[in-house]
Amino acid sequence: MSNDREPTDDSAHELRVSKIRDGTVIDHVRGGQALNVLAILDIDGTRGEEVSVGMNVPSDRFARKDIVKVEGRELSQDEVDVLSLIAPDATINIVREYEVVGKHRVERPETVDGVLSCPNPGCITTGDEPVTSRFEVLEDGVRCVYCGTIVRENIASLIET
Amino acid sequence: MRHDHLITTKQLSRADIEAVLDRAAELDADPSAAADRHAGRLLGLLFFEPSTRTKMSFETAMKRLGGDVVDMGSVESSSVTKGETLADTVRVIEGYTDGIVLRHPKQGAATMASEFVDVPLLNAGDGAGHHPTQTLLDLYTIRETTGLDDLTIGIMGDLKYGRTVHSLAHALTNFDASQHFISPESLNLPREVVYDLHQGQTGARIREHEHIDDILPSLDVLYVTRIQRERFPDENEYQQVAGEYQIDAETLEVADEELTIMHPLPRVDEIAPEIDETDHAAYFEQAHNGVPVRMALLDMLLEGGEIDE
Repeated sequence: MSNDREPTDDSAHELRVSKIRDGTVIDHVRGGQALNVLAILDIDGTRGEEVSVGMNVPSDRFARKDIVKVEGRELSQDEVDVLSLIAPDATINIVREYEVVGKHRVERPETVDGVLSCPNPGCITTGDEPVTSRFEVLEDGVRCVYCGTIVRENIASLIET
Repeated sequence: MRHDHLITTKQLSRADIEAVLDRAAELDADPSAAADRHAGRLLGLLFFEPSTRTKMSFETAMKRLGGDVVDMGSVESSSVTKGETLADTVRVIEGYTDGIVLRHPKQGAATMASEFVDVPLLNAGDGAGHHPTQTLLDLYTIRETTGLDDLTIGIMGDLKYGRTVHSLAHALTNFDASQHFISPESLNLPREVVYDLHQGQTGARIREHEHIDDILPSLDVLYVTRIQRERFPDENEYQQVAGEYQIDAETLEVADEELTIMHPLPRVDEIAPEIDETDHAAYFEQAHNGVPVRMALLDMLLEGGEIDE
């Protein structure tokens, strides 16, 4: 690893992305997953949210990490727990008036509803039925509650868009 | 999910299974005793895929219980061709009937449909998923022939897409059974099913084989399924593979003389007709058992009881 880059203190790099006044900072996202984080949270910018994204910034914990900052929205524990599928080490900071007022980790939920689409073309959820996808969260993957298909790799590719 | 539906054998304990088989044995011994038990009740038959045995045995079972059936008929003549969803179809039929039997080409169809109805719903096959009523008649047949404990069973053929295999494998984890799965590599048991078998409370004893020769002599039961042409890219490959998984008198020379051979039917050429007249053949008896077992299921579910208490 190179030694001639800027100091790798996390807080210094967060500053580079710019501080938020009120909202949520999702930190320690594995490098390259920030856009998937936004997709899972259904944040695409079309509703006017002020969002800052830092991708592949140097980190103490990982070689590279992503950071997502969402202004004006405090994400609930249920909302952020879904992130455990793709960013199990993420930390969530709730910010009010530039101060961190709450800090917590993502926890693995029992199921995730309406977030992932089943990759099995033979699954009833892939047709026109009025049914919300539901996946049981396993230790090492996810499983469609309807057809039983287990996915262990590249779960981000299943995120409903 | 309500527990008065029958969606998969995973929801059934040993006690649940034995209760159904015991009731089936009572009805088998004296079908007339239940002749009027469900008079005036109607069962809706929704078969989105072809069926002979399952559909006719459900119809027979319901009529022997004194009830009747209403049948959606073929998909081509139904509202499905107008684009109606399964969710809408079952909600409509729920209003006409006291129970629904559903076969559908999509996996998970019965699970989803059961979320939309309050009448008992029985899964009669959901794509490559499950076929629990077939399994209960399979277990009934095994109990009547060799017994369900201290059982060594070989399950052969299309293990990947065979829903009867998936349901049977799950159910057998409730019993003292060694399961041997025999198939070409391309039709191995789905990893999801293997995962579940290892999750079972008792810890399943399962082994996978590519050839039957080494395991055949130790089997009490050989459960044969059909390998379908459409699973193979070309006819030559199919012929080559299918030929290896056919049973005839010569194959059985090394088998135990008490070996029971089962097949969910229809068969094509995986069991030679010469086997039919031997004491090994149990597949027609197995098919006949569909009636008392489905009578038992309907009797228990339509009574408002639960089968997985």
